[in-house]
Amino acid sequence: MDGVSFCIGRGEFFSLVGPSGCGKTTTLRLIAGFEEPTSGQVLLDGRSVEGMPAYRRDVSTVFQNYALFPHLTVARNVAFGLERRGQTGKASIAERVAKALDLVHLGGKESRLPHQISGGERQRVALARSLVLEPKVLLLDEPLSALDAKLRKEMRQELKSLQRRTGIAFLFVTHDQEEALSLSDRVAIMHRGLLEQVGTPPEVYRSPKTRFVAEFLGDVNWLRGAGVRPEAVRVSRTMPIAPERAAAAVVESQTFLGNCVHLHSKLDDGSLCVAEIAQRECDFQPGERVHLWWRAADEFRP
Amino acid sequence: MKTPRTWFLAPGAFVMLSLFFLPLLIVLAYSFLSRGAYGGVLPPWTLESYARIFDPLYLAILWRSIWIAAVSTTLCLVLAFPLAFYIARAGARKTLLLNLVMLPFWTSFLIRTYAWMFLLRDTGLVNTLLLQSFHIVRSPLPLLFNTGAVILGLVYGYLPFMVLPLYATLEKLDPALLDAAADLGAPPTVAVWRIVVPLSRPGMIAGCLLVFIPCLGAYLTPDLMGGGKTVMIGNLIQNQFTSARDWPFGAAISLLLMALVLLVMRVLGNKGEELL
Repeated sequence: MDGVSFCIGRGEFFSLVGPSGCGKTTTLRLIAGFEEPTSGQVLLDGRSVEGMPAYRRDVSTVFQNYALFPHLTVARNVAFGLERRGQTGKASIAERVAKALDLVHLGGKESRLPHQISGGERQRVALARSLVLEPKVLLLDEPLSALDAKLRKEMRQELKSLQRRTGIAFLFVTHDQEEALSLSDRVAIMHRGLLEQVGTPPEVYRSPKTRFVAEFLGDVNWLRGAGVRPEAVRVSRTMPIAPERAAAAVVESQTFLGNCVHLHSKLDDGSLCVAEIAQRECDFQPGERVHLWWRAADEFRP
Repeated sequence: MKTPRTWFLAPGAFVMLSLFFLPLLIVLAYSFLSRGAYGGVLPPWTLESYARIFDPLYLAILWRSIWIAAVSTTLCLVLAFPLAFYIARAGARKTLLLNLVMLPFWTSFLIRTYAWMFLLRDTGLVNTLLLQSFHIVRSPLPLLFNTGAVILGLVYGYLPFMVLPLYATLEKLDPALLDAAADLGAPPTVAVWRIVVPLSRPGMIAGCLLVFIPCLGAYLTPDLMGGGKTVMIGNLIQNQFTSARDWPFGAAISLLLMALVLLVMRVLGNKGEELL
């Protein structure tokens, strides 16, 4: 890893996104203190945490497979950190555990063991176990990847609302660009141990600085050296009036995607273009000549 | 199609029946008979052999066997736990280290016990070094032919039986759990005590059974390393069938030993199941 430098603001939802093996989990482990960097440093509240063992750092991690202690009940799992941090008063621990479990809607499951609850519930226990400590940063390592698709969408919303309610900075690691774009205040895209770009979701999606970022975050048509997202491309039979950018093409095929259709066409220079259009607007036949057009503002040149 | 598979049981069943259950029945019968003058057994049926177990002399031997086995098992556990923990996280060297743990099995236990005796006797390597090379002591230390030597021999002999089951449970332990413990503020010692130890209970119980049971019935080690001075149940049984020529009593204590073993297995085994 090299040149991975970013700064997370207080109470910010920050995502690290990239394909597997890009170094995002390693970055997380460096911040948590499970690994030490060979060079460079981690600052927490402006102070270097170099050489500080993980158990002293004021950050907390939600692990990919939750890493709940299988021999402890839900309540004991959540209390584990409080007990370690010298919180002696039994009553106050119980109170804070109850509050944390309420926060993640797990009231009533206190005395269950991790294997007696569902995957989604385990996820919530892991969140409560970390949030109860009110860390400066909550590190989330692909926390949704072990859940099925439907639950994942639900938990996504819940994560966002938890983050807003607690005001704790979240550092969210994921390989799912949709997750990162929909949840984050800012996103950092990593590739092969390097940081490619940091910015707000609209920034990185609309103005990617590198070809990798452009392609990782969504589909791209590379037309005349510029990138255009499929949803920015319009298709019509007649020549539009004074388009900013336009090209003639031949329809090749279309893919039905439920909420929209991907229309594949070939430009006269041989390059391929995908346009995302609404079902009702799509009455084009393969072989038909069409006009593709888009706004200059929707183009990007990484 | 059921018969062929059932037949696979036959060889094992035959061996167990003819070489285990039948002899056991013979032992059971002998224990209720009277002793013959030159060994062997005679009628009439009696409970006398069982009554004799309560003789303070024999109760002392029984008690000694139990505490020596208990101390040896505890020492094995204390020594094996860090070792197994280390091996479980040793990565590519795991296989090598496990093979080293099992290396002693390449030679006979008897030979290894003799080797210990050569090391520990008054003119052995340890005492020679202490006396002549380092001048730490004036007279040889009594390292052999006492209870301490017996415990040393047992711990040495049965340590691998503790290491292997512990290794098996520790190896399955998710390393993320230790990260999680550290993450929640537990220093390594606390993480081991609160997370690793409770989760390796099944391995500990299996290891303790595998060590305690043979230690309780140990015969060779107390005989050689204890020099016949530290008599344990195993030696007592051997004595009854040879020099004492009291087969019924020997049979009775054999069954008592078996009962003890079953009791320990029952107690520890139940605990193990609860935790699983």
